[in-house]
Amino acid sequence: MSTAWRIGVDERRCIGTSICAGTAPEHFRLVDGVSTPLADVVAPSEVILAAADSCPVEAITVRDTTDDRLIAPQE
Amino acid sequence: MAIIDVYRYDPISKDYSALMCVCCVSAPDAGRPAPLRTWRLPQEHAVSTKGIRMTESAQTTESRTVPPARPYPFSVPDRLVVDPTYGELRENEPMTRVQLPYGEEAWLATRYEDVRTVVGDVRFGRAPAVERDEPRLTPRQQYSGMLTMDPPDHTRLRRLVAKAFTARRVEALRPRTQEIADRLVDNMVGLGPPADLVEHVATPLPIQVICELLGVPYADRDRFHIWSEAIVSTTSLPLETIQEYLNNLWGYMGGLVAERRREPGIDDLLGALVRARDENQDRLSETELVELAGGLLAAGHETTVTQIPNFVYVLLHNPDQLARLRADPSLVPAAVEELLRYVPLGVGSSFARYAKEDVEVGGVLVRAGEPVLGSLSSANRDGTVFADPDRLDLDREQNPHLGFGHGVHHCVGAQLARMELQVAVSTIVTRLPGLRLAVPEEELQWKRGMLVRGLLGMPVAW
Repeated sequence: MSTAWRIGVDERRCIGTSICAGTAPEHFRLVDGVSTPLADVVAPSEVILAAADSCPVEAITVRDTTDDRLIAPQE
Repeated sequence: MAIIDVYRYDPISKDYSALMCVCCVSAPDAGRPAPLRTWRLPQEHAVSTKGIRMTESAQTTESRTVPPARPYPFSVPDRLVVDPTYGELRENEPMTRVQLPYGEEAWLATRYEDVRTVVGDVRFGRAPAVERDEPRLTPRQQYSGMLTMDPPDHTRLRRLVAKAFTARRVEALRPRTQEIADRLVDNMVGLGPPADLVEHVATPLPIQVICELLGVPYADRDRFHIWSEAIVSTTSLPLETIQEYLNNLWGYMGGLVAERRREPGIDDLLGALVRARDENQDRLSETELVELAGGLLAAGHETTVTQIPNFVYVLLHNPDQLARLRADPSLVPAAVEELLRYVPLGVGSSFARYAKEDVEVGGVLVRAGEPVLGSLSSANRDGTVFADPDRLDLDREQNPHLGFGHGVHHCVGAQLARMELQVAVSTIVTRLPGLRLAVPEEELQWKRGMLVRGLLGMPVAW
């Protein structure tokens, strides 16, 4: 199990639904209508995966900081 | 437009046709002349009709100045007209008190920013509605489903279905959707004018798509189409009939679930949900599974089906914009977004959010435990966000409309609805260049006694 994840938000894809900010308010908020992670590198947490999996445009990616492996969204 | 002048609605004698996303928000007391009264939260108010205690702060007796409640919706729905009261409230009284036909009094937010806060901010939740006499347009109160849940419960269910409705997955369904749309229009053209656009195109298109996505036999459509009305009925059906239809719908879905268990290899959304439950019972209860699948089927019926004719109706009323769209079909995606903003699908706001703590919204201190409605339709006409908001303008560069809501309850089928609406609008506009109503406008029949506004039939020629 990796010890840290990197959260990325593709702001060109983001359509500002705020589903992520409602699902994981400790990790995402809307700034000028666009999702923004509160911190880029975070400790692994299931709620971050839930937010990434719930994004209708798959604008959120979660990667392992050690090997850049894609953790979410899952296929 | 008939203005309702009674304090409480009489759902027997009034018609409430359609309701789904109407909203309005106004700023504090920006010089509104209406009399204000000092409102004292009485102790009884802290107890719901079911006798369940409210939160502590809802039990305070601290006095606040609040306006008297207005009957809501403000008027009997008139075609796709947005009641001008919303505009007045956005200007003068952005948070107002309303009394819906059923349930307790509520705040109503009408300004864009406030509506977004109410429906999207984590300080508001839907879960308390289950224990309250929630403000609503329907006699029946809903006690289950994703719309009565907050994270993390809501997240557990939402995550299971969200992946089937991502933009990428939905895009893969576009060629098939186009094929269905082409065949439906071919059939209608073959019948010759006049023909009913609702019957021949708007209804079968989304139903066939959701059936194929979920894995529900399209051949059964006449049965579940009737039952689906129960989900959006306010007064169009007697209560016993609503319950009977819902039971039929759940029973029918339960049968399909059993079928998936007998044939576990079927690769559709229903099969995936059944596998999700059977692999991990904690993820999804059997009731949740059946209601989720049935809810998706019904939602796939009553929304896009209604919006396709609404969109065509609005375009026919804006011939300059329709001509632009015909000349340049690349405008279709922008046109769909603008129509989603412009058309007030809902008869009135519903699904009130309950404040989890004291929250200031639109200059009003909403106490913990109080219900607040956010009018999406009003937010979509807020001139501080949308220039010339009452004009249909396909060229808007920024269009952050709230037609699908905001926050965790943002429509799970939004990307599917967008794609279907794009296919429907572009096919109708390009294949039927002389499209027009085949009857005088006054003869069009509008839905009554439902949460959504829309046409029962749309006779057209081309």
